[in-house]
Amino acid sequence: MTTYIIRRILISIPVLLGVTVLNFFIVQLAPGSPADLYLDPNASPDYKERVEAALGLDQPIIVQYLNWLGQLLRGDLGLSYVSRAPVADVIGARIGPTLLLMGASLVVAYAIAVPVGILAARRKGTWADYTVVGGAFFGVSVPNFFLGLGLIYIFSLQLGWLPTGNMVTIGGGGGGLWDGLSHLILPVIVLSTAIAGNMVRYVRSSMVDALSEDYIRTAHAKGLAPGVVTRKHALRNALIPLVTVLTVDLAGLLGGAVVTEQIFQWPGLGMLTIQAISSRDYSVLMGVNLIAALAVFGANLLADIVYAVVDPRIEYS
Amino acid sequence: MGSLLQVRGLRTEFGSDAGSAVAVDEVSFDLDRGETICLVGESGSGKSVTALSIMGLLPRNGRVTDGEIRFDDVSLLDLSEPEMRENRGNSLAMIFQEPMTSLNPVLTIGDQLTEGMLLHLGLSRQDAAKRAVELLELVGVPRAEQIVRDYPHRLSGGMRQRVMIAMALSCSPALLVADEPTTALDVTIQAQILALMKRLAAASQTATILITHDLGVVAEMADKVAVMYAGQVVEEADVFELFDHPRHPYTVGLMKSIPHLGADDDARLESIPGSVPALANMPSGCRFQDRCPSVMDRCRAERPDLLETSTTGKHLVRCFLYSGEQAAVRDETTTAVAS
Amino acid sequence: MSATELTTRKARERAGVPDGQPLLSVQDLTLHYPIRGGIVSRQTGTVRAVDGVSFDVFPGETLGIVGESGCGKSTTGRAIIRLENPTSGAVVFEGRDLAGLNTRELRRVRLDLQMVFQDPYSSLNPQKRIGDLLAEPLLAHRRASRKVAGERVTEMLDRVGLSAQFKGRYPHELSGGQRQRVGIARALMLDPTLLVLDEPVSALDVSIQAQVLNLLRDLQTELGLTYVFISHGLGAVRYISDRIVVMYLGKVMEVATTADLFAGPRHPYTETLLDAYPAPNPHQRGRERIVVEGDVPNAAKPPSGCVFHTRCPFAREKCRTEEPRLTGGAQGGSHAFACHFPLGEAA
Repeated sequence: MTTYIIRRILISIPVLLGVTVLNFFIVQLAPGSPADLYLDPNASPDYKERVEAALGLDQPIIVQYLNWLGQLLRGDLGLSYVSRAPVADVIGARIGPTLLLMGASLVVAYAIAVPVGILAARRKGTWADYTVVGGAFFGVSVPNFFLGLGLIYIFSLQLGWLPTGNMVTIGGGGGGLWDGLSHLILPVIVLSTAIAGNMVRYVRSSMVDALSEDYIRTAHAKGLAPGVVTRKHALRNALIPLVTVLTVDLAGLLGGAVVTEQIFQWPGLGMLTIQAISSRDYSVLMGVNLIAALAVFGANLLADIVYAVVDPRIEYS
Repeated sequence: MGSLLQVRGLRTEFGSDAGSAVAVDEVSFDLDRGETICLVGESGSGKSVTALSIMGLLPRNGRVTDGEIRFDDVSLLDLSEPEMRENRGNSLAMIFQEPMTSLNPVLTIGDQLTEGMLLHLGLSRQDAAKRAVELLELVGVPRAEQIVRDYPHRLSGGMRQRVMIAMALSCSPALLVADEPTTALDVTIQAQILALMKRLAAASQTATILITHDLGVVAEMADKVAVMYAGQVVEEADVFELFDHPRHPYTVGLMKSIPHLGADDDARLESIPGSVPALANMPSGCRFQDRCPSVMDRCRAERPDLLETSTTGKHLVRCFLYSGEQAAVRDETTTAVAS
Repeated sequence: MSATELTTRKARERAGVPDGQPLLSVQDLTLHYPIRGGIVSRQTGTVRAVDGVSFDVFPGETLGIVGESGCGKSTTGRAIIRLENPTSGAVVFEGRDLAGLNTRELRRVRLDLQMVFQDPYSSLNPQKRIGDLLAEPLLAHRRASRKVAGERVTEMLDRVGLSAQFKGRYPHELSGGQRQRVGIARALMLDPTLLVLDEPVSALDVSIQAQVLNLLRDLQTELGLTYVFISHGLGAVRYISDRIVVMYLGKVMEVATTADLFAGPRHPYTETLLDAYPAPNPHQRGRERIVVEGDVPNAAKPPSGCVFHTRCPFAREKCRTEEPRLTGGAQGGSHAFACHFPLGEAA
């Protein structure tokens, strides 16, 4: 097992390196330079060149990349082009809200999707099943921004029950638990809708497969009650393939967070990404991308480890 | 008191979008304690559906629509599902064809083995665990103490089938239904499992319904045999009587079409032409008519009944070829009753 | 001249093999699968699926290969038609070693060498009609025009006992027996000289098995075919084979004519196998039979010496240390066996 984990980490190093190379060069393809936004539009070309030299932007792209990589190996993500604050600090301040949003969305999504999926599987072919499948299809297909704006319109603008955005009421003195929760509700609904929709379909089909296995018939032949058969014999087998779905969901969440955080002005990594793109803050962008790549890779590794724990048939060597 | 198990006129149907199809029709047989009956037939003959009907384990679209199943003087079809569950795995046990997939891959052997005992016998966890080890030793699983903590994937097919047998016998059932228990196994392993089943059934006086398509297994294991074709029993007799004097043209054809080891070297196999009719379009009259070498006009017009042909022993045949003898038997019994 | 002699002559002429020479010669065939592990995927072990297997198949005969699951019989069959590449050893067909051929030559030779599988359903494209499926090999190899191919399809369907109506049907509309007939017809479309039949009747009902076995026998006589018939079903192998190879754990245990093998097996494993087979005769049930204990060992860790010694009732010290060689003229068609203490000899 340890050997397997070490091997996986070793293999991932060139992959991560490749991701940074791609990111770096794609970012550079965008027209303009960070200096354009940094400077007065009327600054002299000479002054612009000096600023670019100070930022290291005058060097060939390869050299710039190697410089960045060299810094990274020393554990330094560089300074933001915009605020001149260390990138690590900029990201550090935003990572908490994003984790809160993603964590809450995952918990809500799974809390809904697993029981609903099981219900649909056990009632396969009935109206309950069709309703669930239809609802799940809606959840997957409705776009984040549309759902987000719709919810804001109904619950914030029309009904006035919930705030339109942000994490806390500005000027509200930090707010209590309810203030925090009320800000969390709408973005969590938006993010968890898509995940839950996807998840319900996986839970359902995985459960349908599990319930048709020979060992389920064996369990019924023992005289076990249907509930015991579902919980003890089918569910655990059905959840194993869902470990993979969880990791895919995580990548999807990161993407979804960008749009959702922007709509709800949620001060997380997603919003930071949009800000960094529009201000051509390449060093922050590189930092965020690296974190995202690490998160996806980490989730995949975690999934493989969880597999080995829940499925006795899997042994890594 | 009658036999342990009496199946009378069993009819099982499967519903689908296209209407319902009769998978088992007019199936009757008796079984005493300690006795083994083999249900033999090809795919689609209804032998597995018969077993599942007795166990109350039909899939959701399947239903027993006629007939009676009496087990230990209780009508099983009249029991509620919870009452049926109390019997299942307890006095009525079943083992299946696929040992590789019939055990739950994520639960330990011990967990699966003790489940039934905890439920039906009310044993404590410790006692059940102890009995699980004893059961594994009884069915010849080596290193039983270790195996109870292991998962099924570490065991070979033969070993898994031993575990399935141990599981079925854990609550000392009065009736064991074994659906093709050795079909998926290699022939040397099959010999081991058959020997084991024989030993255990003799020791515990468990009645066994053994479902198989293999006449070799029938000859080895059965006390009596019911030959099934297209959902019906076409012939039923004591195993020696059946092999020595097969009567129904289907049974005769089946016996001649097995390439067995004792046959003449160059003798050509006789085969039954055609294939089993589909459930949806069963011919009226005898169901074997289109493949039968001795088909008569009557076979196309009327449905034959399963009737006694022998005055001395029990030999039931569903065929008009024997209607003369069957009439004679009937006369004799009525005379006997009258006098 | 008997029917068998006629078949032999016809098969020899068709394949262009000189008198007394084998059509197919498998020589010391070995197929190992690596087991990988560790940080850099080093090879940590080997599954010896086929380990030094040799036998000849003569024109017009049927060579049966029997054994239990994991004995390497199917892998041997797949290696013969090069669905698997052997680790070492030679497969000589019509006088040429297939290993030495380039891709184009191999494609040509493969036309003469066809395979029939256990489950024809999974090897028949469900989207295509039977007529198209059968014409496919002819058209793909540019052996015939569409019209001629169509005629050939009708003729071949007739040969395997199906009417021309079947041309328009899809595989799922056919019963198991009909599908296997189509599988056989497809293998025969390119006039092969040798058919490798891998468990061709194992998935079929008893009454249908007999139909297919009889069909195979008839086709062999009519077309001068040579068969390698792989099966775990001893009854079917006995019925159709002229000679039989018994395999266990990737190795040949015994080779003999069918009559010799059943009259007097020399290898204890063969005897065990024959004895374990339940005879359809209840009067034989009381007899003393040899039930070997235990399971087939893992092919990744085969036992030392004779691979059967762990289950052999007659094993002695020598069997544990020294591997017996196949002796008795394996290539000549007479009785050969790999055992230090063969049955029927005073020890």
